[in-house]
Amino acid sequence: MNWLLVMAGAAVGAPLRYLTDRVAKARFGLGLPWGTFAVNVVGSFVLGLLTGVSSERLHLLLGTGLCGALTTYSTFSYETLKLYEGGAKGYAVLNVAGSLAAGLGAVWLGVETARPW
Amino acid sequence: MGTRGELRVVGAVAAGGALGATARYGAALLWPTPVHAFPWTTLTVNAAGCAALGVLMVLLTETRIRVAPHPLLRPFLGTGFCGGFTTFSTYALDTRRLLEAGDPARGLLYLGATLLTALAAVWAGGAVTRAVVPVRVTPT
Repeated sequence: MNWLLVMAGAAVGAPLRYLTDRVAKARFGLGLPWGTFAVNVVGSFVLGLLTGVSSERLHLLLGTGLCGALTTYSTFSYETLKLYEGGAKGYAVLNVAGSLAAGLGAVWLGVETARPW
Repeated sequence: MGTRGELRVVGAVAAGGALGATARYGAALLWPTPVHAFPWTTLTVNAAGCAALGVLMVLLTETRIRVAPHPLLRPFLGTGFCGGFTTFSTYALDTRRLLEAGDPARGLLYLGATLLTALAAVWAGGAVTRAVVPVRVTPT
């Protein structure tokens, strides 16, 4: 049952990341990887919110599964490396600094929002 | 790509993502991280997924492979599996937990160590693959 919850959440989270990336590339072009940035920040916020939820099943479905598959470290690293190798070193640094700052800020905001519950 | 093709790609991403997240969950069950411990498992999972993506992307985009790779291979393995296996949200939450636990040095160490390991892994995965697999040459 636990495995199924993780799989079900991830089967929604991963395509959401893919589709967000498609929309971001169409909208903002191929400069900074805004799609990956957006899913990482939103997923971190939602995972922070989940700290206010006590149900283990919801954590597996929405935390481990959905947020885990919605957010990604591999694509974030790959896109950063591509920016750097492509000569856009400033963008690479900006992508790292922005993603870390916004991701940490989002998780903080999520945890604080969940606290009163 | 038509709607049908697009649906197949979305399905491949969903299947790969489900498998990747399951593998990450399995790793967390095998090597659980105690509440205030350093999250070695997530760091290792993230680094391994980055190395795998580095290998995959060079194989799919730079090397000379006799048979053209299946068009669903990249969405299934790269976007799906590697993306679902690695996680940014748990990394952010664990960093916050370490920073809040009264030991900010460990939080910053985790923040920086994951970043450096992941970037090194994705780079090394690609570099090693380029070294061992024949690189694409322009047809003569």
